[in-house]
Amino acid sequence: MQVVIKGVKLVSPHQKLSKKADLLIVDGIIQKIGDLSKEELKSSTVYDFEDKYCAPGFYDMHVHLREPGREDKETILTGSNSAAAGGFTGIACMPNTNPAIDSAEVVLLIKAKAAGHLVDVHPVAAATLGRKGESLAPILELHEAGAVGFSDDGVAIKDAGMLRNVLEYSSMVNAPVIEHCEDVSLSHGHMNEGFNSTKLGLPALPSISEDLIVMRDIMMAEYAGGRIHIAHISTKESVEMVRQAKKKGIKVTAEVTPHHFTYTDDALKTYDTNLKMSPPLRTQADVNAIIEGLKDGTIDCIASDHAPHAIEEKEVEFIYAPNGIVGLETQVGLAFSELYHKKHLTIEQIVEKFAINPRTILNLPVPEIKEGEKANLTIFDPDVVWTVDKSKFKSLSKNSPFDKRLLTGKSLATVNNSQICVGSEISKI
Amino acid sequence: MSLSSRHLLGLSGVPKEDIQLILDTATTFREVLERPIKKVPTLQGKTIVNLFFENSTRTRISFELAQKRLSADTVNFSTSTSSTKKGETFKDTVRNIEAMKVDMIVVRHESPGVPQFLTQISDANIINAGDGTHEHPTQALLDMYSIREKVGKLEGLKVCIVGDIGHGRVALSNIHGLKTMGAEVSLCGPSTMMPRAIEELGVKVYHKIDDAIENNDVLNVLRIQLERNAGASIPTTREYRTYFGLTSERLKKHNKDVLILHPGPINRGVEISSEVADGPYQVILNQVTNGVAVRMAVLYLLGTMH
Repeated sequence: MQVVIKGVKLVSPHQKLSKKADLLIVDGIIQKIGDLSKEELKSSTVYDFEDKYCAPGFYDMHVHLREPGREDKETILTGSNSAAAGGFTGIACMPNTNPAIDSAEVVLLIKAKAAGHLVDVHPVAAATLGRKGESLAPILELHEAGAVGFSDDGVAIKDAGMLRNVLEYSSMVNAPVIEHCEDVSLSHGHMNEGFNSTKLGLPALPSISEDLIVMRDIMMAEYAGGRIHIAHISTKESVEMVRQAKKKGIKVTAEVTPHHFTYTDDALKTYDTNLKMSPPLRTQADVNAIIEGLKDGTIDCIASDHAPHAIEEKEVEFIYAPNGIVGLETQVGLAFSELYHKKHLTIEQIVEKFAINPRTILNLPVPEIKEGEKANLTIFDPDVVWTVDKSKFKSLSKNSPFDKRLLTGKSLATVNNSQICVGSEISKI
Repeated sequence: MSLSSRHLLGLSGVPKEDIQLILDTATTFREVLERPIKKVPTLQGKTIVNLFFENSTRTRISFELAQKRLSADTVNFSTSTSSTKKGETFKDTVRNIEAMKVDMIVVRHESPGVPQFLTQISDANIINAGDGTHEHPTQALLDMYSIREKVGKLEGLKVCIVGDIGHGRVALSNIHGLKTMGAEVSLCGPSTMMPRAIEELGVKVYHKIDDAIENNDVLNVLRIQLERNAGASIPTTREYRTYFGLTSERLKKHNKDVLILHPGPINRGVEISSEVADGPYQVILNQVTNGVAVRMAVLYLLGTMH
């Protein structure tokens, strides 16, 4: 099949590519970039995206699909549909499923279920068996089966001794160890500790519970080797530690979620359980530090920490509600609204944080917009104004605090694996 | 005169006029409680549900008596008989109760924010009878009533709340209410029992009980929750008694009149000695009586709003 993506502004910073062109795609391969002839246009299905941007497909390296285990909240298929609609052509799914992704069989099951979709799904496997922090998961076998990183996400690797083993062992395959940084001995709470938690009377978890583990992990990565990736960084102090560690040449990278650069814990005065997540929303000083970290490259990428939960699980008393929100279909809009339109990041920087850096961290090839290459694209409009409507989410879950929020910027289409998703409808090309 | 909100969720943000109105109305009902027939027909035909998801004997009885004395129809729901144990969600439980046509809900729950949550899922007037470690507004109102009854005013008074500030709900409501009424509020207790950034509410913090006694007109002594704190926030109850316990020797040393309140139940010999708890400066049982009058006032003012 032959399609044309017409009139787009190509933006692919790792190729130093920035120009306006038409793309001729035949059987999923970019055949031609440039002005197309009348005949070529005539014999193709034309998608007119005049003056919209076209970048290498975006990648979300922190997604919770609930399959296997809680298919009522999200399946591999519905999560992939949600990703495609939100602007992503690839996702990494975290291992806190039931059973956990700690055997090659589960990795292969996920890959088999994901096969044939527009969205590439790469499992992140558990670092330790059952994510319990007691014995190493079969990291080499998991890697061979297709796991792209290792994490006990939901919790940090339990103790420093086990962390050392995971770092040393995973360094043999150069895979990142993705850490949810939280010292559980300090965190028996439900929101950030500070004046707001005191006013709201909510048991709280202090930012230092994150900082202590970030410090431990960075020091261990320096000592033991291996690579540490800090998931959903949320505090000022942690951003500074990552900055200094990078200066010292320690192999550490970091991601941030859109909610951690959009909201502060001031928002919790409504006791909206859709604002309950781990790590919790922090303070304005933390948000400012995160934005600085995004600007100077301390924070490498933006990831949603997409965490689907059923309505009946979230519509409960605050302290009983589970942590997490869905984010795949709002994060591109939030990134453009909060980072581009507020002049913190350029379009190129946003493309780096969405498309290039996450794949580099996971040792995945970064798509190029080049004749002869597979078409793996995200087409977006940074200026379109739209209102979030959670009832239209492709995700099975609707636990979003951003419902009815006005956003500026949106993904219009994604292309990958010989398929195109326009809006949220996927078709073969 | 009527209140500015149809719910009583807490004392944070409640205007001075509202608190004044509740306290003044309580004075009228306090007089009713001294009559041989302690009942008025004010809330006849109103249905009130006491939704108690946490054990509470005295608060529930106080509310129930207040409701009965206003001639309302009351139903009690407590966790031991609740359907939440059968896996029903809080929301479904509330919707079911609501479907039986109730006018007001009094709620006690271990999760902060539940009264706010109730306003979203129910049309009834909501009264917070304690939500976790957040607020307990009627307790603070009855504390203020008892102080005013004894001293004659709240404005300009120096009131210190002593004890476990962070694990309780009484302190926060008292801080909000007393400050609104023009009192000067301070706290006293071990640093592990002070919530983070509490000073930002405009309160002074003492770590020496003698300083607290010396500098205040009123001490509101909170219960130390033995089961929860030993080993975590304080080493032993003995150490707490030694350094923070209110004893008559301590009071005598300062040679001044200090009014003593305690919301109960008392741990005699821990936060307060028996001598002080039964002594001339305390109003502990007055608080209990006043509690019924204050709750009658709140129920009346909310139940007759249009």
